[in-house]
Amino acid sequence: MADKPKLAIWKFSSCDGCQLTLLDCEDELLSVVGAVDVAYFVEASRETKPGPYDVSLVEGSITTPHEAELIQQVRKDSKFLVSIGACATGGGIQALKNYADVSDYINTVYATPEYISTLDKATPISDHVQVDFELRGCPIDKGQLLEVVNALLYNRRPNIPTHSVCIECKRRFTPCVMVRGIPCLGPVTQAGCGAICPAHERGCYGCFGPMETPNAASLGQWLLDKGMISEGDLVRLFRTFNSDAPAFRDASIHFEKEVQRDG
Amino acid sequence: MIAEHAIPSHEAAQAPDPMGPQPFRVIKVKEEIAGCTTLTVEPENDEAKKLCFFQPGQFHMIYVFGQGEIPISISGDPSHPQQLVFTIMGVGTVSRALTKLKAGDMVGLRGPFGNTWPVEKGAGKDVMLIAGGLGLAPLRPTIYSILARRELYSRVMLLYGSRRPENILFQEQLDLWNKRMEMNVGITVDSADKKWDGNVGVVTELINDTSFSPTRTIAMICGPEVMMRFSAHALMDRGMSPKNIYVSMERNMKCAVGQCGRCQYGQYFMCKDGPVFSFEQVEQLYKVREV
Amino acid sequence: MADHHGAYCIDRPDFGSLFSALKKRGYSLVGPTVQDGAIVFDEIEAVDDLPEGWTDEQDAGTYRIRKRDDKALFGFNSGPHSWKKFLYPSETKLWSARRTEDGFEIEEGEKTIPQYAFIGVHPCDLRAIEIQDKIFMAPDTADPRYGRKREAAFVIALNCGQASKTCFCTSMGTGPRAESGFDIALTEIMGEGYHYFLAESGSERGHDVLRESGCRSAADIDFESAAKVSRQAVDGQIRAIDTNGIKEMLYRNYENKHWEDVAERCMSCANCTLVCPTCFCSKTEDEMSLDGEIADRWRYWDSCFTLDFSYIHGGTIRQTIRSRYRQWMTHKLAAWYDQFGSSGCVGCGRCIAWCPVGIDITAEVKALRESEGGKKNG
Repeated sequence: MADKPKLAIWKFSSCDGCQLTLLDCEDELLSVVGAVDVAYFVEASRETKPGPYDVSLVEGSITTPHEAELIQQVRKDSKFLVSIGACATGGGIQALKNYADVSDYINTVYATPEYISTLDKATPISDHVQVDFELRGCPIDKGQLLEVVNALLYNRRPNIPTHSVCIECKRRFTPCVMVRGIPCLGPVTQAGCGAICPAHERGCYGCFGPMETPNAASLGQWLLDKGMISEGDLVRLFRTFNSDAPAFRDASIHFEKEVQRDG
Repeated sequence: MIAEHAIPSHEAAQAPDPMGPQPFRVIKVKEEIAGCTTLTVEPENDEAKKLCFFQPGQFHMIYVFGQGEIPISISGDPSHPQQLVFTIMGVGTVSRALTKLKAGDMVGLRGPFGNTWPVEKGAGKDVMLIAGGLGLAPLRPTIYSILARRELYSRVMLLYGSRRPENILFQEQLDLWNKRMEMNVGITVDSADKKWDGNVGVVTELINDTSFSPTRTIAMICGPEVMMRFSAHALMDRGMSPKNIYVSMERNMKCAVGQCGRCQYGQYFMCKDGPVFSFEQVEQLYKVREV
Repeated sequence: MADHHGAYCIDRPDFGSLFSALKKRGYSLVGPTVQDGAIVFDEIEAVDDLPEGWTDEQDAGTYRIRKRDDKALFGFNSGPHSWKKFLYPSETKLWSARRTEDGFEIEEGEKTIPQYAFIGVHPCDLRAIEIQDKIFMAPDTADPRYGRKREAAFVIALNCGQASKTCFCTSMGTGPRAESGFDIALTEIMGEGYHYFLAESGSERGHDVLRESGCRSAADIDFESAAKVSRQAVDGQIRAIDTNGIKEMLYRNYENKHWEDVAERCMSCANCTLVCPTCFCSKTEDEMSLDGEIADRWRYWDSCFTLDFSYIHGGTIRQTIRSRYRQWMTHKLAAWYDQFGSSGCVGCGRCIAWCPVGIDITAEVKALRESEGGKKNG
């Protein structure tokens, strides 16, 4: 192998859970550390090396003016930029503020609101810079992270499917929970988690964000028509971890209008 | 009332694995044009040797360690089955990896798969070969076969459209065939600078400028789908029957033995029923989008 | 009295002897069992593992299990699993490549071949297995993994005694009674004070097992009772596909506007294809170890509903959901005849029940036919 690729890991507005996935690799961690030069990873080591970096993993969404500047620099310093996790790829929980008046929130929550410097919206990394690859999930999946690292090392295309969670349920022979009466976002959500929730009799929460060509309107309408969910809950179903991902955002707005029309 | 044994007594259980590649060694690498390489490979063992006998138009699945496997048409001479020759443009992960191989590297092969160009059907007739871009490579085995038994055919014409002069594939060979008058070679490019004194325009213009007898010509077309459609229609406008026009199709393929379902095109499996089709077979499907 | 050679009756209390006879011969038993709120297929040990007294209620986009009023062992219809789970697993390591000094070596992926006895294969599923045989056991290109398991498998068919709302096997000519393709075919016969199985052998080895299972010979009356059971399964069917000229109908309707109507509802989630007992599409992926020394080749179930399925250098051919649903249905109900000599649909109804938004293939065929009629008249 040629020189070890230089890896940097960046954190924007997020909970650190995705970065921790890398430390969670346990068995594989030593091999990863052996194969790449971890040049910038403040979560794991205070020692940092300056850029440029071959690969940057970027966690978190952009919620402050400072972050909006910093991400531009990260992009300049990175040959290959991978945004990781629901915050970086779909806005994250904090993107719920996109549906509200932020100044109201600030005045309600903080004693001295003038200290708070925040943007009106929380937005995915791809709204700000060119992203070379996206890893979805809240948090990201360890296997998918290793696959991307592996693919970068050996110059292959990573096997990261963009199809529905349903295909993962079927491959592990989980009988569809939605057909058995539990509202589930699996049919419109991107695979990658291994279909964990339906395997435990829970509907998919959509934490991997919208799949390729999602038809969220059809799913929502069916849930309403069958009385499987209330209109309010349906709007909330699409507004969780990826509420700024276009397909979920549009669906939530669509059904919110239905609520208002009916109300 | 006991029926015949209920269990299918096929030889499936003992058959060799159609998904298992055989080892081949790269013995020659030649860069044809930018990003496009011709690989010559040799079988590593007796099982692999069986993969070397092929007919013009057929393809192999080529595996690069860890990268994956893709279908590549054979571009070599069918009368030299000691080696296999493939001409590859690096456009995806595996094809790019293939163009970076060096002599001595190993690849895995399965095949040959697919049907063949109607080389026999052209005997006693004029043969018109029409190629677009890299589509010349899958047609080259046909040229070798025809020229090896040149006396069987009347006129042999090759009409070749390339993007730019520097993208012309097998230039020396084309010149040689033309010079020896074994074949009339007409070349056109989409665009060129002033140094180019040949034709500029699409390949259908070459068809329109060529005189041929529509009833005693067999046409074989290989290139991008849109180019094949326009060429076939240009030939039909001149009175040719779609039965005598052949095209080579391309679709996503993973298994090449009719089991992955990916290469379906209407009722056809590209890997078993194709890649070569008479235009009569596909004319209706060509009109439908997203088939 | 007709010749009922090879046909026996097994009383319910003796049913376990069938299991013992199969186990003695080294078979791993797989059959229906209750799991995750559904009747699924899995490895089973004893009669107790069967869904005794359970049934299912199905309709478009819905499936529930509930207790029956009786203690039937096989009182249910198709569930979420099909037998391809065992013959053509969802994830198969095809082979493994290991780096060597001057290249690589290929090692076989699957070394041990399980010897299954399938308990309770519905007639529609029996046909489905035969359809997959044509794909995976075609001369010259047979998949040895499938072939070895298929040849070893002992098949006990179960003639249906009821139909769910999603069943339409009679219209597809695939059921509800098994005619061939089994080692033993069972019909569960029960009523006031009796509960037994008519067991017909379909092969010598089936006959052997039955002879050993302590059964009595069957008489005319048993066959009459079995015919009544089958009749219930015929009469219970409310769905159907009119297969008359269906191939030509679909081939001439590539541009029908109705595909757009389906696409409004279809989520391209792929559920229908994966529950279908005949759908066989797959993808292969190469998985490399982090040190780059070993590369495994895997085959996974895939679906014509994904974008990747029709991806070819730089683009996907079937971009719209409309074209993907059209591909699925046209393949299943039309192209299949040209490719494999029969319909690809066996009328099991799984795609109807397990579509999360209840898209019904029988209704869509009807709608296509009607829209075509409208076009002709208008």
